[in-house]
Amino acid sequence: MNFLSIVLRNALRHRLRTGLTVLGLVIATVAFGLLQTVIHAWYAGADVASSTRVVTRNAISLAFFLPVSYRNKIRAVEGVRGVTYSVWFGAIYKDRKNFFPQFAVDVPTFLQLYPEISLPEDQRAAFLRDRRGAIIGTQLAETYGFKVGDVIPLQGTIFPGNWEFVVRGIFQYRGANVTADLSNMYFHWDYLNESLKKTVPRRADQVGVFISEVGRPDAVGAVAAAIDQEFRNSLAETLTESEKAFQLGFVSMSEQIILVIRIVSFVVIFIIMAVMANTMAMAARERMAEYATLKAMGFGPGFLGGLIAGESLAIAFIGGGLGIALTWPTALAFGDLVSRLFPIFRIPADTWLWQLGCAVVVGIAAAIVPSLRAGSVNIVDGLRRIG
Amino acid sequence: MAKGGDNVVEIRNLSKSYRRGAQVVPVLHDINFDIASGEFLALMGPSGSGKSTLLNLIAGIDKPDRGTLRVAGEDITRMGEAELADWRAANVGFIFQFYNLMPVLSAFENVELPLLLTGLSRAERRQRVELALGLVGLSDRMEHYPSELSGGQQQRVAIARAVITDPTILVADEPTGDLDRQSASDVLGLMDRLNRELGTTIIMVTHDPHSAERAHVIRHLDKGELTAS
Amino acid sequence: MVPLSYSARNLANRRLTTLLTAGGMALVVFVFTAVQMLDAGLKKTLVATGSPENVMATRKGAESEVVSGVDRQQANLLETLPELAPGPDGRPLVSKETVTLVNLRKRGSDRPSNVVVRGMAGEGLVLRPEVRLVAGRMFQPGASEIVAGARIAERFTGAGLGERLRFGGREWRVVGVFDAGGSGYDSEIWGDVDQLMQAFRRPVFSSVIARLQDPAALPRLKEALESDPRLTVQLKREDQFYADQSQALSNFIGYLGLTLSVIFSLGAMIGAMITMYASVANRTAEIGTLRALGFRRRSILGAFLAEALLLGGLGGVLGIATASLMHFLTFSTTNFQSFADLSFSFTLTPLIALKAMAFALVMGFIGGVLPAARAARLNIVDALRAA
Repeated sequence: MNFLSIVLRNALRHRLRTGLTVLGLVIATVAFGLLQTVIHAWYAGADVASSTRVVTRNAISLAFFLPVSYRNKIRAVEGVRGVTYSVWFGAIYKDRKNFFPQFAVDVPTFLQLYPEISLPEDQRAAFLRDRRGAIIGTQLAETYGFKVGDVIPLQGTIFPGNWEFVVRGIFQYRGANVTADLSNMYFHWDYLNESLKKTVPRRADQVGVFISEVGRPDAVGAVAAAIDQEFRNSLAETLTESEKAFQLGFVSMSEQIILVIRIVSFVVIFIIMAVMANTMAMAARERMAEYATLKAMGFGPGFLGGLIAGESLAIAFIGGGLGIALTWPTALAFGDLVSRLFPIFRIPADTWLWQLGCAVVVGIAAAIVPSLRAGSVNIVDGLRRIG
Repeated sequence: MAKGGDNVVEIRNLSKSYRRGAQVVPVLHDINFDIASGEFLALMGPSGSGKSTLLNLIAGIDKPDRGTLRVAGEDITRMGEAELADWRAANVGFIFQFYNLMPVLSAFENVELPLLLTGLSRAERRQRVELALGLVGLSDRMEHYPSELSGGQQQRVAIARAVITDPTILVADEPTGDLDRQSASDVLGLMDRLNRELGTTIIMVTHDPHSAERAHVIRHLDKGELTAS
Repeated sequence: MVPLSYSARNLANRRLTTLLTAGGMALVVFVFTAVQMLDAGLKKTLVATGSPENVMATRKGAESEVVSGVDRQQANLLETLPELAPGPDGRPLVSKETVTLVNLRKRGSDRPSNVVVRGMAGEGLVLRPEVRLVAGRMFQPGASEIVAGARIAERFTGAGLGERLRFGGREWRVVGVFDAGGSGYDSEIWGDVDQLMQAFRRPVFSSVIARLQDPAALPRLKEALESDPRLTVQLKREDQFYADQSQALSNFIGYLGLTLSVIFSLGAMIGAMITMYASVANRTAEIGTLRALGFRRRSILGAFLAEALLLGGLGGVLGIATASLMHFLTFSTTNFQSFADLSFSFTLTPLIALKAMAFALVMGFIGGVLPAARAARLNIVDALRAA
């Protein structure tokens, strides 16, 4: 007779109750895992940021542009290996609900600075040649069924008017960044600028951000400071920070929501703790006569507590284990639903550890009070039948 | 009254009261009493006479308010909980009215239970369990669960469990209370045999005169005091 | 009918179980209520932002004033519309404003967030009578002075009375703090329109705000303006504009809250089911007795349903009471559409409390209906035998 077998047999005494408890644990574990994934998705942008690139923006805020002429001065700053620039386009595809990021970039330098963008050679060449060309990520292509050669019509919001782009390439990310955002679209800044010069000249020759390659992570701070110093007291002062800090800046704008989601993900654990504690309390109460008998026979409170704790942990592991297994398919389905909001929806690698940890904590916490009660049962009282 | 041989139980000035809400109910009053080794004793008395309480005190699962209680050579009134638990494991076998078997354990496993508190190996335990179950005539029911056994069979499993550690005393509280006439007779016969063959002292509480007759000595308790047999 | 006190007393008998089960449900109700309160707080802030008496002209398609541009020519044209109400000096009451974002650091965490800076002239204050100065004085035209909304003054470094902020190549002194009655304006910084436009080098306005003599004239005027080829503006009621601006955020909070509440409620309902099944199982003999005495099946059903509903009700009260404590907390996050920081509070309304209670009772009902049915279906003789 081994301990595990007794513990499992005890759990199966009341199949409906144990089954319901396991179900509750599965739901709680999956919910917890999903919420952790949502939080992770929020930080996803910061994860793919390079440690050797810096982003330079207007010191006032991202709502302001920088003159494109800054490019040469930035290139000349010591430590800068390469510069590119980008403008957030923010247009709509057919309907406001269809949202995906579009950036006007200086294509030749952009492709150099972002070697992780992987494009077949012929597509790269076609993109470089065509002023109206654009490249899109594989996820974006999949969502709307875009193929190479398709024309994507967009209605501008920041830059009003109807715009058309030709898909010249579909890119992936190479390297370890499996979680990168593949729903972006990049096109030629020159195309945007030409049009602006004709329609709204005062908005021409401006960019949103400059991105510079620094080469070494430890040079980032010094180069950033040098760039900002270059433009201090000029018409448009700059703020330069590492790409990671830049991305995290976006995350921090929603930090309270993220905090709320974090708190809530633990609330669900507490809910299931209450359910589990209830189950164990009931089970222990029903078996008081048995515990009293065991105590009479000479078994100590530790043994009795161990029986309860063992059962509680066994149920927690089964429910938690099932929940962990179900998290992945659920996240897949959920990810499709929220793909517009969170294009990257991947379960962080250590989520299962957290889920397991929660299962253990729930199992132990639920067993505390019933264990203490069983351990301290007065033999004579316990032997007396109820009623 | 001792009947030759050592006294396995020596009770001096034993008193016990219970608290019922705000009231204090005296149950045993200044009991003095000896039980000889190897005796098969029946304790009788009306409801509320304190016979079960006395049995509980002797078995070490309850503590008296006053007095001393020497069982198997030790004064158990001085023992702490942990010490008492170990003492019970080594010296007392229990037989309950409702058998009190673990429903999730088979007959074999129920009988094996007390041996888990000893240092015996798995093989040694198996040997003893088979012996004990053979003694009570249930070798062919070893893998059955309590729910698959009749009342009489369950009680016999309980008896096997009670004797497996070769305890000094066997305490039985209304062992036949839940059994039909035939099963009751079988169980009592078994207890008698064990008493004669193993020499185990048996103290049985019962209100049934038929059961009491099968014991060798009968004592009466009334209103917390022993009367002459 | 079995009296209600029977159900109530049975709950009181098993205190631990009742508390654990009701506690689990309380947690769910808390999450449900808190999210509803957050959404209500957001709506309240928005309803208070902008007046139904004012109309706002922005560039066509602009969702936020920040991306909107109305040049001087168009602004002057708008000023001449006959439908406009005159101000105290007899001239049309029109405010031409520039709205942009400034990136500021939060007090304490030093993390960045975008804050709305609004440049206006005297008319802007007249059009917003609900806004009052609570400290200091209004900014003077021609000076590098600003006033900060109460929420901004308290949360951002340099935005308090007497402090200074640096942007657009200048230092701006905070000469006053204003209270906008919990509306979106509490999250803004106001200054002189000409000074700000100079500093930001923006030659165009963001929006033009005015009042109509006859509010009913809006639809017709809107149509006229939006179809005029000389103009590229859209016209909206001021409060409507801000309400639309928070659609995305409001939807997000709403969906998130609903999803969480539903998932969590499953856990709580499982807890209720376990408790109620145990309740039925423990009182089988009682049920048999009641039936033998003459109570009908539906009385038994009712008694156990009542017990489940009482559990739900208890959970509801506990959950709502705890959530109401949040009534004093302020929440701030970045509005997705305007990209600006927005503060709002958790607001408990009687309707929300009602909805939460209904939710709690439904949870109790669903959790209790199956066990109650089991109790009602018990066979009298079998039940009595269980004694």
